[in-house]
Amino acid sequence: MSRKTIDLWVGIFAVLGIAAIFFLSLRVSTVQTSSGAPYTVYTWFDNIGGLKVRAPVKSSGVVVGRVAAIRLDTQKYRAEVTLAIDPAYPFPRDTVAAILTSGLLGEQYVGLNPGGEEDMLAAGDTITMTQSAVVLENLISQFLYNSAANGNSNSGGDSSQP
Amino acid sequence: MMDWLVTPLRHIGARIINAIWRLGFILRFFAALLLVSGQSFTRLHLTLREIWFTGVLSLSIIMVSGLFIGMVLGLQGYEILQRFGSGDALGIMVALSLARELGPVVAGLLFASRAGSAVTAEIGLMKATEQLQAMDMMAVNPLARVAAPRFWGGVISMPLLAAIFSTAGVFGGWLIGVVVIGVDHGSFWSQMQASVDFRIDIVNGFIKSVVFALAVSLIAVFEGYDCHPTAEGVSRAITRTVVQSALTILALDFVLTSFMFRGLS
Amino acid sequence: MTTATGDELVVLQDVHFGYDPNHVLLRNIHFRVRRGQVVAIMGGSGSGKTTLLRLICGQHAPLSGSVRVMGKDLGRFTHAEKYAVRRRLGMLFQFGALFTDSTVFENVAFPLREHTQLPESIIRDLVLLKLNAVGLRGAAHRYPAELSGGMARRVALARAVALDPELILYDEPFAGLDPISLGIIGQLIRRLNDALGAGSVLVTHDVTESLDIVDYVYFVSEGGIVAEGTPDEIRAATHPFVDQFVHARPDGPVPFHYAAEPLAQALLGRAQ
Repeated sequence: MSRKTIDLWVGIFAVLGIAAIFFLSLRVSTVQTSSGAPYTVYTWFDNIGGLKVRAPVKSSGVVVGRVAAIRLDTQKYRAEVTLAIDPAYPFPRDTVAAILTSGLLGEQYVGLNPGGEEDMLAAGDTITMTQSAVVLENLISQFLYNSAANGNSNSGGDSSQP
Repeated sequence: MMDWLVTPLRHIGARIINAIWRLGFILRFFAALLLVSGQSFTRLHLTLREIWFTGVLSLSIIMVSGLFIGMVLGLQGYEILQRFGSGDALGIMVALSLARELGPVVAGLLFASRAGSAVTAEIGLMKATEQLQAMDMMAVNPLARVAAPRFWGGVISMPLLAAIFSTAGVFGGWLIGVVVIGVDHGSFWSQMQASVDFRIDIVNGFIKSVVFALAVSLIAVFEGYDCHPTAEGVSRAITRTVVQSALTILALDFVLTSFMFRGLS
Repeated sequence: MTTATGDELVVLQDVHFGYDPNHVLLRNIHFRVRRGQVVAIMGGSGSGKTTLLRLICGQHAPLSGSVRVMGKDLGRFTHAEKYAVRRRLGMLFQFGALFTDSTVFENVAFPLREHTQLPESIIRDLVLLKLNAVGLRGAAHRYPAELSGGMARRVALARAVALDPELILYDEPFAGLDPISLGIIGQLIRRLNDALGAGSVLVTHDVTESLDIVDYVYFVSEGGIVAEGTPDEIRAATHPFVDQFVHARPDGPVPFHYAAEPLAQALLGRAQ
């Protein structure tokens, strides 16, 4: 095998390998094409359900960031969730953060519902209005309790339909 | 008295001490190898020849194996995901298993047995036929001229092979999942893209393959260089290369995985 | 060119050697090679003659005494200095030690490519000249595996002299050769030495062939030099070991039997 042939084959090999890396980066995964370093915003929840670090943060179904950290504040006994949001998406100060579930059994994510205020959230700000995760067990027990109460009174049945 | 207890203990102790001694020896060899590596890059054709030898010649086995592994993942994954009604997530499963684990690990194992053993055999035979000694007598350092280019050739080839393996695997999964079983083409790719993270999955997988490449290449070159210069010694060295590379890859994989992916989900 | 040590290429003075101090393999070695000389080291297998060669090329360092090669003390050499001396030294290994994955041409070109910056055309001319000297210019594009043992040895010889060394070392150059190849190699060793004005050291146990071409002989037995002299002196020597060796007598100071209990005892012992 002459040196020229070897060089040619090594060249082909390198092109194949780099093409594979590009394929894995661009076609298989998503490279975060954010316009800069994300800004962090803090939120407090009574219950985060099954939310995990790196879960998506969505607004109107569009991914705008990720959950950067989750910890329990032992003074207030509430969960502090840190969100890293793409700077391309500014949000008003009165935005509501909610923990939602994609589909019935899907993964949980943080949904942002923007309000109407003029001032925008800056890095390090806290979103005060939050809506905790819906815990299925609580929902069911509430439903059972309500129907039991309705059964006892035998009246006004349609007012407490969930 | 207590011989049945003392003898095996002493035996185990001796083996442990020997293993530690050998590890130190390998690391010293590694340091010496790095010190004389300059030539591998100033005289690039030496390293290119080894990339051809370890990389290009392993291409076919890597691509075919990747394709088959991907096809098996497609079949098995679909069967399992189907039970939860999420057959559409097949793309995620195929891509994640390949990018995180199977790509680097299986490509590493194949690389060790295809290219690592060949490197050990080549260096071992050069030693057995006094070629290394002849080089040394001609004032050419065999560590720089023979060992270092083979080491760097392996270190460069192996991550590329792992990427090619993963790509072939994703195509294998696509072939079975989309073309044969009939998973929706769009959701196969879009779910995969949405759930596979570049930094966490692809970059970490790539780091794994680089670490495995360093380990396998070092073991292959060292075993060849250190072998007993006889036919039997060379064959033993080849066996050791394959066995030690496999064990090292699997052990390192556990360590790296626990660092990279623990606490993520 | 004369240096402070005159034309002495190798001087060993009162050298002792062993892999560890309690187990001395060579003792009281005095040995010298002058420019233009072909010197043979003879002795039975395992007598320490290859070890002596390794001391000369700096692969081993002596326990005591001095090894001076081309005026420099090899015992106190750094790695770089050792390599500097080895560039002026050629060595022929017992089985040639050719690079099996390169052609004959590339084998001979190897030292030139590694140690010189010569352009390709000059390297080509030099290699063909060296191959012509050993009569194998026509085999330049063959691989070592396609050559006979004698031809491979000649290629290795061309490679050893590629850089025109001042000292050439031969480790068993005659081992395993047929009589014709043996004669060719013997003549080449002499001719190359004279053409280069170099010194040569031959480790061999081929008495008749080497006595015809060498200038001086050292006999090594059991770690010491037992006899030395010109070929004529050696042929006439009365030392029992030399006598046995030169005339190939099966029994003598080197016993036919490996050390063992008496045969009768071994047989009777088993019968009981």
